[in-house]
Amino acid sequence: MIRFATLFAAIDQTTSTNAKVEAMASYFAAAPPADAAWAVFFLTGRRLKRLVPGAAIREWTMTATGIEEWLLGECYAVVGDGAETAALILDQLPSTASESLSLADWVEGRILPLRHADAQSQQAHVLAWVRELTRWERLVLLKLLTGELRLGVSQTLVVRALAQTAALPATTMAARLMGEWTPGAAWFRSLLSDGVTADDLSRPYPFFLAAPIEHGKDVAQLLGDLAMWQLEWKWDGIRAQLVKRAGRVHLWSRGEELITDRFPEISDAAQSLPDGTVLDGEVLAFRAERPLAFSALQQRIGRQKQVARKARDIPVVFMAYDILEHRGRDVRANSLSVRRTLLEHYIASAPSDAGPSPGHEQLLPFDAPRDVGHRTLRVSPVLSGASVDDLARLRAESRTHGVEGLMIKRFDAAYGVGRKRGDWWKWKIDPFTIDAVLIYAQPGSGKRASLLTDYTFGLWDNGELVPVAKAYSGLTNEEIAEMDRWIRRHTAERFGPVRHVEPVQVFELGFEAIAKSARHRSGVAVRFPRMLRWRRDKPASEADTLDSLRSMIR
Amino acid sequence: MLHETANGVYCPDGDFHLDPWHPVPRAVITHAHGDHARSGNAAYLCAAPCAPLLQRRFGPDTPIQALAYGDSLTLGDVRVSFHPAGHILGSAQVRVEGKAGVWVLAGDYKRAADATCTEFEPVTCDTFVTESTFGLPIYRWEQTATVIAEILDWWDVNRQKALTSVLFCYTIGKAQRLLTELGPRIDRPVFVHGMMIPMIDAYRAAGVVMAPTVPLIDKPRGTSFAGELVLAPPSARGTPWMRRLGELSDGLASGLMRVRGVRRQRAYDRGFVLSDHADWPALLQTITETGAGRVLTTHGHAEPLARFLKSQGLDSGVIRTAWEGEGGGDDSE
Ligand SMILES: [Zn+2]
Ligand SMILES: [Zn+2]
Repeated sequence: MIRFATLFAAIDQTTSTNAKVEAMASYFAAAPPADAAWAVFFLTGRRLKRLVPGAAIREWTMTATGIEEWLLGECYAVVGDGAETAALILDQLPSTASESLSLADWVEGRILPLRHADAQSQQAHVLAWVRELTRWERLVLLKLLTGELRLGVSQTLVVRALAQTAALPATTMAARLMGEWTPGAAWFRSLLSDGVTADDLSRPYPFFLAAPIEHGKDVAQLLGDLAMWQLEWKWDGIRAQLVKRAGRVHLWSRGEELITDRFPEISDAAQSLPDGTVLDGEVLAFRAERPLAFSALQQRIGRQKQVARKARDIPVVFMAYDILEHRGRDVRANSLSVRRTLLEHYIASAPSDAGPSPGHEQLLPFDAPRDVGHRTLRVSPVLSGASVDDLARLRAESRTHGVEGLMIKRFDAAYGVGRKRGDWWKWKIDPFTIDAVLIYAQPGSGKRASLLTDYTFGLWDNGELVPVAKAYSGLTNEEIAEMDRWIRRHTAERFGPVRHVEPVQVFELGFEAIAKSARHRSGVAVRFPRMLRWRRDKPASEADTLDSLRSMIR
Repeated sequence: MLHETANGVYCPDGDFHLDPWHPVPRAVITHAHGDHARSGNAAYLCAAPCAPLLQRRFGPDTPIQALAYGDSLTLGDVRVSFHPAGHILGSAQVRVEGKAGVWVLAGDYKRAADATCTEFEPVTCDTFVTESTFGLPIYRWEQTATVIAEILDWWDVNRQKALTSVLFCYTIGKAQRLLTELGPRIDRPVFVHGMMIPMIDAYRAAGVVMAPTVPLIDKPRGTSFAGELVLAPPSARGTPWMRRLGELSDGLASGLMRVRGVRRQRAYDRGFVLSDHADWPALLQTITETGAGRVLTTHGHAEPLARFLKSQGLDSGVIRTAWEGEGGGDDSE
């Protein structure tokens, strides 16, 4: 238990993902397999069900310390976490040193049997156990009991740490962690074993990546004979491989993360593919025959709980553009022309999910409540362009099609590994984006009047943040609520409704145009700024400078 | 005897304000933190060891009258004296004795040992005005030595990884307390942000012994700080100044770090729970020791503390001040 609590603390006490992976890897290497198995169980977000309600923990805390309910409530308001509030208050009970039980002993020998005890003996047991433990262990125990234990690591990081421990590819490890398993020493040993397991069948291939055509490049010279190249849109979704083997479907994101569960309609549709098929493509939020903004798709990724409801609100498609495995055979060495023929054959034979035939789709009203006849598996269409001017024109239309630019792929090229220059190019629309620091916030209007939603952003200029843009939109409701709380706690100064906040939060802003402006202190005006991403990964000191914004004026 | 006014707490019988937040003719100051001592007053009265800190902040010509701890001065119809508060160098509780009995305004205080200042001294009184920055039972401090050991372990691990250890802390009090604690345990100097220097000098001038310090600005551009410990005020975080430090791990030394959510929200790698304020048990212990029948609470969790004291049978209420405590955004604590 002490080892696991130390791991919990180590993960909690760093913002570096590498340090988190390192902490997990050294835990997996040192812990007995039975403990490590439970650790994987908790690290991957699984929980022990229906053990002790939070109300019981509160009750016992009050009994043990004599603190009244209202005061406990005041404490909770500051801490925001029931188990942690209890652990902090119970800190006044001295810790009596005792021999440390292993995590597996705790879970299997003590915590799980608690389910069958009556409330009175539950209380007696838990309060006695608390006294045996140190502060971090107490927190872990209380969180285990209430099913609130969240270690704040993504599945990807756990996979990375396990892969590192076992010296296996991350994809193998991710596949092995899929589906149902029961934590135990034998299971953990098989997780790390170097043989081939059934789970290994779900593995994707390494993704082939396109190289960017940089600004100012002579495209005609770069591409030569345009007849050698296949043109497609560059979709703005989640790059993914759809794997169908041995009757099971797996969807892998480029981050080697399994996202099958997030998009049940894709795995349903993929059931129609023959075994031994691997497609490369893009998951897109898609309605009325055009992609929705990437932020819509993000809502499908975030909350695993609400998959069904979100699936209704935000339909998705898998836009396939390549085939890597055909009837169980790796076809990556074949030319794109060959692979494209195979791909079109497959998807054309995939049936429409429901409703009238695709011919009727155009007749549906634009805002049809449900996409009837929504084809979930699609082939990314091939575009035609006879000259570089045609390509430039297509690229310029990108925004109206909801795409990011053009993909340009050599017909005679094999499907490579990694980012090999020369066979696949991406020619993106000129991005007007900057990473700016939040400096002022004020309440929004209408429905958002109670929340601080109107932000002013600044860029660095000689060690000072100069305001450059105001933006109101682009965040999810959860993010808005989180920012609201943050701003209230980090207001440095107030001028009426406007709050000057600590320069901490960085956002990627996108905008449509930029021009010189004498009216603005920054000397530039940006048109239609919006928040593209919350850059939690970026410290304010690394945000962009005013000079870098000025250099975008052409 | 004491009233809340637009400028802060006022004593009509002695015609002075206590820690006023706008300029007044006579200001009685508990300690040198920014939320208690502000510039522009026509006359200052404070405890003797507080005077040099006020001079550093407001200039050498500031009209300051200083009293030794325990000495008293008659102002109008009341007698005023200063008693150690154990919060920072020169911090004092203000005792005011008049027709209406004895009042003690504790300002900010703590009970944990701190070699940089005189230890807190309980003063018997009728009405006690206590701070309540950490007035909830979740706040209990570990032994200082335990926290210092955590900081040293963190520094060691960072040094092995060639990371710079950046420890954020307030410039008056916390920085010097850390340097004093670290002194005997380390064999190399600690680097400090420029804003730290005046008050470190002031503490040294007052005879406080600390670990050797090197101002970061004395080092040429391009100097590597990998493996070193750097102290900086929280306001320096996220500024371009940080670019000099290379790959780093950062931490904040504050009582606020007791709550995980607070640390995570501010995205510090590490939180070291080291406070210059009284924790919950110390607040209750102190209130009992003063023997006061009436206790007024101010700052932070003033309402819950007052409500709790009432439930214990004391006459208690909340008094409004502009004190910020460690919850404040600037470098006050
Ligand atoms: Zn204060
Ligand atoms: Zn203070």
